[in-house]
Amino acid sequence: MIRASVRWLDRRTGTGPLVRSGLRYVFPDNWSFLLGEVALYAFMVLVVTGIYLVFFFQDSTATTTYHGAYGPLDGQQVSLAYQSVLDISFSVRAGLLIRQTHHWAADVFLAAIVLHLLRVFFTGAFRPPRTLTYYLGLTMLTFSLLEGYLGYSLGDDLLSGIGLAIGYGVALSVPFVGANLASLIWGGPFPGTSAFWPRIYIIHVLVLPVLIGTLLVAHLALVAARHHTQFRESSRHTERRIIGVPAFPGQAPRSLALMFAVFAVLFLLGGLVQVNPVWLWGPYHVGLSTNGAQPDWYLGWLIGALRLVPGFDVVIDRRTVIPNPFWGGVLFPGIVFGLLFLWPTLERRFTRDRASHNLLQRPRENPWRTAIGTALLAWVFLVFMAGSADRVDVLFGLDYAEQISVYRIAIWVIPLIVLLVTRRICTELQAADRVASVRRSALHSPKAGPKRGS
Amino acid sequence: MSRRRIGLLARLAKALELEPASIDEPAERGRILPEAPKEPGAELVVIVLLLLASCCAAGFIAVFADSRIPHATQFLGLSLGLAFGFLAAALVVIARCLVVTEELTHDYPPEEHQEAERELEQLFDESRERFTRRRLLVATSALTGTAMGAALLAPVVSFGPVFDLSAFVETPWFRGRRLVGDDGAPLKASAIQEADFYTAYPEGADREQLAAPLVLVRLPGSAIHLPSGRSGWAPGGILAYSKICTHAACAISLYRTPTFPAVEPGPALVCPCHYSTFDPATGGTVLFGPAGRPLPQLPLEVDSDGVLRATGNFSGPVGPSWWGIRSRKPT
Repeated sequence: MIRASVRWLDRRTGTGPLVRSGLRYVFPDNWSFLLGEVALYAFMVLVVTGIYLVFFFQDSTATTTYHGAYGPLDGQQVSLAYQSVLDISFSVRAGLLIRQTHHWAADVFLAAIVLHLLRVFFTGAFRPPRTLTYYLGLTMLTFSLLEGYLGYSLGDDLLSGIGLAIGYGVALSVPFVGANLASLIWGGPFPGTSAFWPRIYIIHVLVLPVLIGTLLVAHLALVAARHHTQFRESSRHTERRIIGVPAFPGQAPRSLALMFAVFAVLFLLGGLVQVNPVWLWGPYHVGLSTNGAQPDWYLGWLIGALRLVPGFDVVIDRRTVIPNPFWGGVLFPGIVFGLLFLWPTLERRFTRDRASHNLLQRPRENPWRTAIGTALLAWVFLVFMAGSADRVDVLFGLDYAEQISVYRIAIWVIPLIVLLVTRRICTELQAADRVASVRRSALHSPKAGPKRGS
Repeated sequence: MSRRRIGLLARLAKALELEPASIDEPAERGRILPEAPKEPGAELVVIVLLLLASCCAAGFIAVFADSRIPHATQFLGLSLGLAFGFLAAALVVIARCLVVTEELTHDYPPEEHQEAERELEQLFDESRERFTRRRLLVATSALTGTAMGAALLAPVVSFGPVFDLSAFVETPWFRGRRLVGDDGAPLKASAIQEADFYTAYPEGADREQLAAPLVLVRLPGSAIHLPSGRSGWAPGGILAYSKICTHAACAISLYRTPTFPAVEPGPALVCPCHYSTFDPATGGTVLFGPAGRPLPQLPLEVDSDGVLRATGNFSGPVGPSWWGIRSRKPT
């Protein structure tokens, strides 16, 4: 049977040699190399659950009076979009499970990408010959952030409407073209024309998923073409030869196990842990909002940035030039992603290291990169934390305004301290490594070695 | 299985060329994978785990099929999640105990293919030999590319009125328009109490536009210090402001009123999105938060029926600002 199948495949497709080398493709063994894989499996769950949801969702803001299964909203004026999300949650069998799994998968997808990015950054995996792979990954991350934002916007619940209103404010704040841009996107002033919902819907279910999927394939193809990086675990791990477990038979059950484990976690979360209960928020209307509104975690850094900026618009002669949301909503993410995109170039310029690297660095081996990376991370994380200051006020009674004034200083001071401390830690660790290696070689050299067999 | 069905299968296999034809055996080759001892115990564990996964999958179908089961979402998630969990566990056992995990080494691919690179260079060099006016051609090509790109992008303008932004500054408010409450009934001045706040809309207008919703509060006359030119805008201490924050278009739905005015800050309208805080007593000026512009105020009057009416338009543009928008001259 095996022989027959193999013969059939080779004769029909001519891929015998390709499959042979593909199955013996070498995977270096390290837990941190699995983060990207987790993102891939979460993406698969997103696609499959998303296809299911498409069959029940209505992309229309036309209003109707709600008389569905959820009693407390009976008689309310709601959009067809919001009504269909309520129906998915209450009337479609397994609908709530699929909807919540979809939402959780998005949160896990972005978390896995971010952790994967940190691993790639701090180990120098982005260096040649894998720079292009890194850029593709970053581009996928930006698309995924937008995809997630559009996803929770589509429900047309109160939270989704507030999120879109903020997005509108940020779009308007773009210098020179803000209002024209917002007019293009919304088809007019907020909340936009009836064409707006089909627009964000098709972008969410077709345009961005196809873009992300295409980039994903290119990303994986480049990883395979260049082979995976590896740590210098022994003297046998060199720039020339990769050591690891072959795709088949060794790696295949491991990767499948990870895939099913990701599926298991996502469906358990989707079934057991409530996320985005849109029926509690109620429908959105322009004149409504709610206190304690928080976005999904991956947009927390942006809401923090919007809240931290002191209250000013740049105005010249009573004409607004740069509205306030520009700083937190456009410039801040622009700087963060700009730095990430520019980093390989900057590092090549400053270190004059243009060589190809297949061996990864431990973070300590490149103190400046590690220090700047952690400082940037601390900056973004503090801004993220500032976004939760209102919740901290409610939960712990710390005054919101005082927290914000502390954050306004801390986001500049603490990253600087983190930078210096991290650099120091890295150089100290390197020194300790040198001492250890000298000691080791002294112990093992035949002259100075201790007496054995005492 | 009947003879007939075996015959069918055989024919199918033949059609697909699955049937093992006589193959010339190649010379005996060595093993690819290292040999390892058998692990019947691990196989048993895998079988048990797979059976458990099957049970969970069947449980999912059972819960799905019976609509009377309470907490269906939880049981559905639990059964499907556990099914995948047992499957993952079975594969972990297979990976650890039943599959040979040999260490393989492989050369990294060469950094570059110099021969191919040189040949490509040569190919491109030779292919452009017949072009003599290269700069001119490149310039014209760039021009054509730009023109065609612009032509292909032009239809994007259909997405919205890109250049006509008049809709962005329109408001439904004019002199004499009555204010209505959430229920659509005209709002009487007597209904507006101190230390509370109210949402109002223009009578008979679309409520789903940024300039429609108002927030109303009543303050003691002595506390109100409006900018010059706004005398008479707050009859009986009733102040009306646009409900849309000038920072990022959220609705202002928090009203901070002091319980002990002597020690607490004065009344303020607060947006819950980024906590822009506006002072209703001084014409909507920004007290705290990221908003860069005061809340636009709407001048009010009380008509002979005691109903609130607008006496004009807002004191400034409603909602978030954009490049080039003009705030109204202080009158």
